[in-house]
Amino acid sequence: MSLDKNGIAQRIAQELRDGWYVNLGIGIPTLVANYIPQGIEVEFQSENGILGMGPFPFEGEEDADLINAGKQTITAMPGAVYFDSATSFAMIRGQHVQLTVLGAMEVADNGDIANWKIPGSMVKGMGGAMDLVASADNIIVAMMHTNKKGESKLLKNCTLPLTGVGCVKKVVTNLAVLDITPEGFKLIERAPGISVEEIKNATEGRLVIEGEIPEMKLN
Amino acid sequence: MNKVVSNVEEALQGVESGMTLMLGGFGLCGIPENSIAQLVKMGVKDLTCISNNAGVDDFGLGLLLQGRQIKKMISSYVGENDEFERQMLSGELEVDLIPQGSLAERCRAGGAGIPAFFTPAGYGTEVAEGKEVREYNGKPHILESALTADFAIVKAWKGDTEGNLVYKATARNFNPMMAMAGKITIAEVEELVPAGELDPNFIHTPGIFVQRIFKGEKFEKRIEQRTVRPKN
Repeated sequence: MSLDKNGIAQRIAQELRDGWYVNLGIGIPTLVANYIPQGIEVEFQSENGILGMGPFPFEGEEDADLINAGKQTITAMPGAVYFDSATSFAMIRGQHVQLTVLGAMEVADNGDIANWKIPGSMVKGMGGAMDLVASADNIIVAMMHTNKKGESKLLKNCTLPLTGVGCVKKVVTNLAVLDITPEGFKLIERAPGISVEEIKNATEGRLVIEGEIPEMKLN
Repeated sequence: MNKVVSNVEEALQGVESGMTLMLGGFGLCGIPENSIAQLVKMGVKDLTCISNNAGVDDFGLGLLLQGRQIKKMISSYVGENDEFERQMLSGELEVDLIPQGSLAERCRAGGAGIPAFFTPAGYGTEVAEGKEVREYNGKPHILESALTADFAIVKAWKGDTEGNLVYKATARNFNPMMAMAGKITIAEVEELVPAGELDPNFIHTPGIFVQRIFKGEKFEKRIEQRTVRPKN
């Protein structure tokens, strides 16, 4: 069975390491915060100006002055810090943030990503995505393997305007975990019950399959 | 030096049609809402507005868009405003979309006397079109220029009569850089205190960057996405 959004977030959370500062994008990436593995400590950065972001506030305790980059009301953990937008992107561009997780409309097998614009119909802007993907060492994309029409989102070349070139390191979808390698998407794990054949059929870009591909282990 | 003006009318004196304005805030968080209301009242038109977002349809900069007061927006993300999207797709509104970090740094550079800088953000995308590319440490970067404005309008939590400012939580966002980059910077604050009351160790924007300061009459502080968890 393919994963739902929470399953994707749960699998990505297994990539977190103790002591990391992590930036989570809007959508599925935000859910990663719900699955931090036991025994490790990570701090979440939100590019609008907080390090040490906590969970949503209790009802009635919302503060209009305390939001995340998705404009959602949040709380601050003990030890949190607020800063301005230039300092925030100094953390990002300066590679002080160890992991960025973000969504995408398309990813190419060379690590190109498109996630900010559909010419003629959707132009919301790139927000902080271009700064994040241009600088982060470790970028994981969280997305569905195919779009609503059933077409692959893992492509030879992106068709939409790019957000960044050759930057994505790993893609976690409802069907699979794939690393970006010079040879293309390398299949690392399958979602529970999903066959290699199904992943092949849903992947338009170059796909590298070596040996037995294990199933993801989710709790 | 006393920077205090008595009200929003006095604070915005000199703002005219055709000018370039910077407005602080991220989403609706930390926006100078009293000044925006006054800009609507003044009816100034053909404005170029530099602001990370464009408000929502009926609040923030959305109010200026409704009255067709904005000619050009320079922003990073405009997703929450249908009227904005309509005016942009129909070509009524000129829009320059800029990566958020580049927008922040361009404002900072404008205030800091740095005319341009190289950044990796946007390389290989349409943002890089027409911009000089240079390689540093084996990685391509694009040249981005500084931004300044005729007026920068910021919102702070506390300010003193000298124009020193303290922001609250994530309402800080773009306000400090924009305060630096205005030829004239106007600060609207929730609390205005005498000089000496703010601890000089904990001031975010030094008063040298601020020319006019006033206490906002009321702050609605609208929440864009109210997200909560149940109490139990």
